[in-house]
Formats: sequence, structure tokens, C-alpha cells
Amino acid sequence: MTSPARRRSYGVKGAPYAFLIPATTLFSLFFVLPIGYAVWLSFRKVHVSGLGLGAGARTEVWAGLENYKDALTDNEFYDGALRVLGYGCIVVPVMLGLALLFALMLDSERVRLTPFTRLAIFLPYAIPGVVAALLWGFLYLPAVSPFYYLLDKLHLPQPDLLSGGPLYLALSNIAIWGGTGFNMIVIYTSLRSIPAEVYEAAKLDGASPLQIALRIKIPMVAPSLVLTFFFSIIATLQVFNEPMTLKPLTNSVSTTWSPLMKVYVDAFAKGDIYSAAAEATLIAIATLVLSFGFLRAANRRNKQEAAQ
Amino acid sequence: MPNTKRARLVASTIAIALGATALAACGSSDDSKADSGPVNLTFWSWAPGMDKVVDLWNKGPGKKDQITVTFKKQASGDTLVTKILTAHKAKTGPDLVQAEYQALPTLVSNGAVADISKEIGDAKSKFADGVWGQVTLGTDAVYAVPQDIGPLMFYYRADLFKKYGLTVPTTWDQFAETARALKKKAPDVDLTTFSANDAGLFAGLAQQAGAKWWTTSGNKWKVGINDAATQKVAKFWGGLVKEGAIDNQPMYTPAWNKALDTGKQIAWVSAVWAPGVLTTAAPSAKGKWAMAPLPQWSANEDVTGSWGGSSTAVTTDSKHQAAAAKFAAWLNTNGDALDTMAKEGGIYPASTSAQLSGAFSNPPAYFSNQADFYTKAAEIAKTTAASAWGPNVNVAYTTFNDAFGTAAKNKSDFVTALNTMQDTTLADMKKQGFEVSQ
Repeated sequence: MTSPARRRSYGVKGAPYAFLIPATTLFSLFFVLPIGYAVWLSFRKVHVSGLGLGAGARTEVWAGLENYKDALTDNEFYDGALRVLGYGCIVVPVMLGLALLFALMLDSERVRLTPFTRLAIFLPYAIPGVVAALLWGFLYLPAVSPFYYLLDKLHLPQPDLLSGGPLYLALSNIAIWGGTGFNMIVIYTSLRSIPAEVYEAAKLDGASPLQIALRIKIPMVAPSLVLTFFFSIIATLQVFNEPMTLKPLTNSVSTTWSPLMKVYVDAFAKGDIYSAAAEATLIAIATLVLSFGFLRAANRRNKQEAAQ
Repeated sequence: MPNTKRARLVASTIAIALGATALAACGSSDDSKADSGPVNLTFWSWAPGMDKVVDLWNKGPGKKDQITVTFKKQASGDTLVTKILTAHKAKTGPDLVQAEYQALPTLVSNGAVADISKEIGDAKSKFADGVWGQVTLGTDAVYAVPQDIGPLMFYYRADLFKKYGLTVPTTWDQFAETARALKKKAPDVDLTTFSANDAGLFAGLAQQAGAKWWTTSGNKWKVGINDAATQKVAKFWGGLVKEGAIDNQPMYTPAWNKALDTGKQIAWVSAVWAPGVLTTAAPSAKGKWAMAPLPQWSANEDVTGSWGGSSTAVTTDSKHQAAAAKFAAWLNTNGDALDTMAKEGGIYPASTSAQLSGAFSNPPAYFSNQADFYTKAAEIAKTTAASAWGPNVNVAYTTFNDAFGTAAKNKSDFVTALNTMQDTTLADMKKQGFEVSQ
């Protein structure tokens, strides 16, 4: 049993695990443990006895699914989800549409100053989200905005961008302004990797630039469109910076405008980390289901097309 | 095979996790609370200039007693409360923390701050009874030493009041009349705004009217956020917003700064710390603003509420509570310490003797036109009504932001918003398990 040959083979067998240890350690310490702790907290709650003053008046007890039940029956949580849905319906199509359009335009042969234009469109992505939201917040406030100053001088109507329906446009605008450049680069990079022969063949067949764009370029960059769509869904579900930064400027953005803001308020303003943990878990599950559901649907369609 | 692989992976993961916990457990040291030999204390505070005051201690009395304090600058308000509670949970809290009065019940209820009644000697005599009540929570214990206070006052643009022919209101009825008169004379100018982004002001106004939001009887809490006094205040401001006599936009926005700076808003109900805010918000109106006592609900009354103010508390995690209490008492009763705090950080001391000390013989630079600013402020501070804070002020305040924000936006009934605030606060207390009487 303990022959040298045997031992050597065991050592070789164990080698992959040894190589895995650093990655596994980091993964468990900084990923599995915190998530596990958050899930554990989501099943707990605090119980106060009497007036709650003095030592030992506060104990952590098992709550079961109570926090989840509360979150799922909370209208504010649903309303927040609906608001984010409305916001996402504006952001995702407009941002990806613009990104695709810009990428196609940059890729076409007639455009000059491509490197400069590419950089100019990409630049807003380099600006931190909070800074971008503050910047736009200033532009939206009638009293300090240069746009409103011009509208006033020209005697044009001055829309209130920080309430009602226009608020969604105002918030979406910040995300679109910041995100279009990044998505454009992803699509553009994949456009550049299409072999030139494909275009040549299309041209020989008499395809116009528009036809090339619609029939060849777009189908060939479909994988990167799927990818950018996937990222955008996740970013939308996690919208936080923009409404959080605009909140102090207007009465229209409540502290629980998006589900993630509700998590923040529960954890850091109300000090109820248990409810916050349950809500965070729900948001994570929703994000997983939506984004991977979309990926699977997209993959299935690809496979079907490939089969045909 | 794949299953065993996974099992081994899981096993090693758990082993690693356990190892980490064991290591963390080794970190905690002895629990002795004896104060022999040199002592090092950590102090969390957001007050500007506190580093200079701490230096003063470390070079003076601290050196003599071998008590060294390390100051760590923090974010203010609710953020710090969360941080203190988290640190307390991990048992890594500092020795001393700055805490707003309304946050004390939350900290006490979480067992984060210690009772220092035996360690602070005769500090009580240096403070007004109403202020002291906020750190005892009506019990025999003392949970903190008061540091600064924020009595409410009425600030107005003296030059523009003259220009529009307005007189400074002494009652709230006159205040409403002033707002309406101004709207008639200058439709695009507002007397002030009702802001839904800081519940502290509303709480202070309710306090002036005699509201008691949290009270205890026996072993039960009573929540009275929608009591008659607060309803009166809510109806008053809601009415003014509804008829358009005042603005409904939040304070502390670039738009608000501009309105104060350019004279589009010509008054502000605020606390004694307002000069600091006005200096940055309305720099070009320096010397044009003046301060008067807060308008009263009836002409023969003389009472005000408070907005803000904080105290220095000793944590239960501190291993040197007596030494920490000694520093807290010195910090908030010593003349030199308070003078430095006033000069460097512009805070208004809770200690009654310090309110008339050298640092307050001259008015703040922004109010150079009002020589008796601090004499008047000290008189107003004496009329501060007693306050009544509870263990979930944070929940009430957050609900205020949302409920009153919506009401102000829609110019709808403020009492409905107030009832929402009451119901949410009560429901939260019940959910946590507090004994609550109806």
C-alpha cells in the first residue's frame, strides 16, 4: 500500500487541489462567507423586551421567513420595483440603440476623426456615477441651470424635470449619458473583428452600406448585443447612484425610490440589517433569474438558428 | 466522482472558514477596567476643530493623568450611529463617541453607551435642566455629557424686510400674515420654504408647541407623534404650503443656496448654528441678515424648540470608562476646551457658563451688524422646551422625509403625512418587541 510509486501518484492527484487552494480561499473568504452571513442574517431579527433600555434588553432571535414575508408584502418594495422597471424600459433600449448606432457609424468608411469621436462618446463612462448625477442634478434645477436661464431669456416654457413623468427621463438621461460609450466600445470592438472578406462578398453581390449594416453587421455582432443587454439589465436592477444623488434636490424622489435604496435605508437609516438582508437576497435572486433567464433564452435562439 | 470532488471542496472551504474564525477570536485581549498606568482612548467625533481641543487635553490635563486621547474624524448624524452600532456588535467600538441627543435612546437601547453617572462628578450643575434631561432619558443614569445645543430662532433679511415694509413676526399668526403680505408685494419672493429633507427642524417646531413624541409610563412606551400640538404645527405649515404663501422645495440644495443669496427667500427658521450655514450658502448677503426669537403660538409665551445639538458618550466597549468619562466631562465643561471648540468649529456650547464666555463676546462674523447676537442667543437658549426622544427616532425621521416630501410636493394634507409618521413609528416599535401602550 505504501510503495513509493503509489505515494507519487497520490501527490500528482492532489496537485490540482493544491493549486486551487489560493482561489478557493479568496472565493470563500470574500464571496461565500459574506453572502452566507447576509442570508443567515435575513432569517434573524431583533427582539426587545420592555422599554428596551439597559443591558440585555435586546436579543437576536430566529425569525424564519418573517423578513421575507414582510418584504414581499411591502407595497413600497413593489412600487420601487415598478419604478425601476419603468426606468429600465427607457434606459436599456435607448442606451443600446444609441450604442449600436454610434458603433455602426464609427465603423462605416465615410466617418472622419474616428479616434476622437470614439473617445468623446466614451468619455462620460470615465466619470464616476455620483459626479455625473450631481452634474446633471445642477443642470435640472431651474434656479441654477444654464439651460433654464436660456429658456427664460427665449421666453420658452420651462419643464419641471424633477417630478412626475419627466423625472424618469431625467434619471434615464444620466444613465444613458454615462453608459452609452461603454456599450458602444463593446459593440464596436466586435464589429472590427468581422473579417473584411465578408464585406467584400456582400459588396460584390451589390449590397448597399445600409443593407450591409442591417443584414451582416448586426447579426454578426449579436453575441455582443446579448452581452451588453445582459450587463444593462443588471445595472438597471441595481440603480442607486442617480436617484440617491438627486433625492436631496427634490421632494419627488423618496428614500425608497428603488429597491436598492430601500435596502440602504433599512440598513443604514433605520438600523434594521435583518430586513435589509432579506431584501438584498430577494434583489439578488431577481437579478439572477432575470439576467440568466435572458441569457438562456438568447442562447437557445442562437442554437436554433445554428441548427437551421 | 464529481460529487466527491465537490464534497472535498466544501470541506476545505469550511475548514478555512473555521480557521479564520479561530484567528479572529485570538484577537480579543483582557477585559480589565482598572485605570492604573497610562491609558489610551479613541474618540469618534465629527465636530470641526476637535483635533485642536484633543491636543489641548493631551498636552494639559491628559498628560498629568496619563490619559491620551486619539481623535478620529467621522461622518455626522445617522451614518455615525450605524457605524457605532456595527462597531459595538463587533466589540471594536471606540471609547468615546459624539452622539446627537435624539440618537441617544437608540444607542442606549442597543447597549452601546455606558451609564457614567458615578464618574462625572458635579457636571450636572453646568447645564440647564432641559438639556440635562436629554442625556438621562428621565432615568437616574447619565448616558452622556451634553456638548452643544441648537435652540431655534428666526433669521431674516433685515434690509429686505424694510424694503417690503414687513415687521418681524413675534407670533406664528403674524408669521403667516407676513408670508401672505410678502406674496402680495413680490409674488416671486418667498418668506421661507417648508423643507421635507430634515425632520430635525419639524421636531423642534413640534417641541416648541409642547409635543412629546415619545414618553414612558411604567414599562411601556407611548408614541405621540400625531398629538394635538404636532397636529397644530403640521396644519399651520401645510396650510401655508397649500395656499402658496411659502415655497415647498427642500433646503440645502444649490437652488436653495441661490434663493437665500439673491433674496428670493428672505427668512429661515433655524438654530443657533445658522451663521455657519449662511456663510457658505449666502456669502454675498453677509451683514444683511438678522436674528430674532422664534415666533410664539400665543403672545404671552416665550418658548423655543431645538434642532440638533450633540453630546459626548462613553461606550460600553471601553475598557477605561472612568478615564473616558473624565475626558468627556472636561471636554464639555472646561472653559478653554469650549472656547477652542467655539472658535475652531463654531459650535454653541450646552454649558450655560460657556455660553457667555470670551469666545461669545463678539457676534459671528456673518452677523457683524448684530452686536448682541450671542447675548440674545443665550437668553433664547434658556427658554428651550423639554424634548422627548425615543428608541426609533431614525424610523420616524425617515418616514418624515417620504411622507412630508410627498405632501409638500402635492400640497396635500400634512396631518395625513403626520399620521403616516405615527403609524410607521408605532408599527416599527411593535415589530421590534417594545412594550407599547396605545
